[in-house]
Amino acid sequence: MYPAQFEYHSPASVQEAISLLGRLKDDAKLLAGGHSLIPMMKLRLAQPKHVIDIRKIPGLSGIKEDGGAIAIGALTTHYAVESSSLLKQKCALLTETAGTIGDPQVRNMGTVGGSLAHADPAADYPAAAIALGAEVVAEGPKGKRTIKVDDFFKGLLTTALQPDEILVEIRIPSWPVGTGMAYMKFPHPASRFAVVGVAAVVTADGKKVGVGITGAGTKAVRAKGVEAALSGKTLDAAAIKAAAEARSPQQGFLANEFSWR
Amino acid sequence: MKRQIKVTINGVGYSHEVEPRLLLVHYIRDVVGLTGTHIGCDTSQCGACTILLNGMAIKCCTMLAVQADGAEILTIEGVAKDGHLHPIQEGFWEKHGLQCGYCTPGMILAAYQLLQRSPNPSEAEIRHNLEGNLCRCTGYHNIVKSIQYAAQKMAGR
Ligand SMILES: Cc1cc2nc3c(=O)[nH]c(=O)nc-3n(C[C@H](O)[C@H](O)[C@H](O)COP(=O)(O)OP(=O)(O)OC[C@H]3O[C@@H](n4cnc5c(N)ncnc54)[C@H](O)[C@@H]3O)c2cc1C
Ligand code: FES
Ligand code: FES
Repeated sequence: MYPAQFEYHSPASVQEAISLLGRLKDDAKLLAGGHSLIPMMKLRLAQPKHVIDIRKIPGLSGIKEDGGAIAIGALTTHYAVESSSLLKQKCALLTETAGTIGDPQVRNMGTVGGSLAHADPAADYPAAAIALGAEVVAEGPKGKRTIKVDDFFKGLLTTALQPDEILVEIRIPSWPVGTGMAYMKFPHPASRFAVVGVAAVVTADGKKVGVGITGAGTKAVRAKGVEAALSGKTLDAAAIKAAAEARSPQQGFLANEFSWR
Repeated sequence: MKRQIKVTINGVGYSHEVEPRLLLVHYIRDVVGLTGTHIGCDTSQCGACTILLNGMAIKCCTMLAVQADGAEILTIEGVAKDGHLHPIQEGFWEKHGLQCGYCTPGMILAAYQLLQRSPNPSEAEIRHNLEGNLCRCTGYHNIVKSIQYAAQKMAGR
């Protein structure tokens, strides 16, 4: 299998990539790690006329502390997230989540920005990003803007990004020391995508709670009912059981509709 | 429009004009002529096409040749040195880590990266790190033993 013909572009800067997007419009697709786009192009589910390779644009990868938040460049690979000592210390939820994605080879190529921008309904990061209250930084012809994660995922493979915008950074707000966080995933035995995945973040005093669910619908969602049922409670077995039942009724399970995963 | 790319494979420099849609695995096998890198599933699942790209194990059926421009690549043909099997290859020989051998090049390169990242892996770590490599023959037990053999040999034990 090989993709349909296309023109390949390798811009040297974000600005150059944005102006290419502006010029080529719907005919163009950005290429980051390629681990969602290339399989789709091989199956001819995607047939872009132009492919804009951003993987080697400098300055778009890396993980650093920045004004109280942790800033993760869009081209940071899943492996770099999984093995980051800064994240292990400050935001273990992300290292844990990254480590569950696909397999080592996939994690060496796939990028955080690519995963969020692709918005696969079974992708792992979206659940973690929602639980953590992350922000997404997009850059377009008019400069940068910040999008709250709750406003970012719009539907199946659809985000708030404009056609001429590039996701450049993900920002994770700092959570107090002692905050508990975990990601649990029921992986599809063949693809390792999440049949369902749940990320939870709870502060030590139990007052601030974030819960994100992926795989259970057309897009990852915040489990508001669960959050409300948990916050301020002593987390004993009864409280946790009650919270688990508080997921909103529309969060049905679409695993059957997505049997191709 | 075709693109000129330059890559180094197993220490040898190559330069070719390629169509952007040419997959790296087809470039390595059909253009350069190194057929040790296999195509199993062609859908990013099986790992038979695993190579090292700038030291990282990747599935080259899921990468375009143009993306590899400027890269250093290691394929199975470059793993043995001076006519001597690499300890991982020796492990697969000694511990019967293969039957048909179709998955073996990919297994060896996945193991190569694992032992670079973690020279003394536990059995669980080995199994976890082979999640991207499927074998239809061995049931994996002897593959795990082969990699344990290599880890010991490389540590000089
Ligand atoms: C075998 C296999 C198993 C996998 N298992 C899992 C899994 O278990 N869990 C999981 O979450 N994922 C999984 N994935 C998907 C993987 O994580 C992808 O790498 C990821 O979803 C996309 O990232 P990428 O960098 O490869 O993006 P690409 O494939 O390059 O791009 C994907 C889409 O996002 C757009 N895009 C990319 N970067 C940007 C950007 N910076 N700004 C705007 N748009 C952008 C592209 O135009 C394209 O439409 C798997 C993939 C494979 C091949
Ligand atoms: S041929 Fe590349 S993963 Fe199977
Ligand atoms: S030895 Fe036959 S597939 Fe592994």
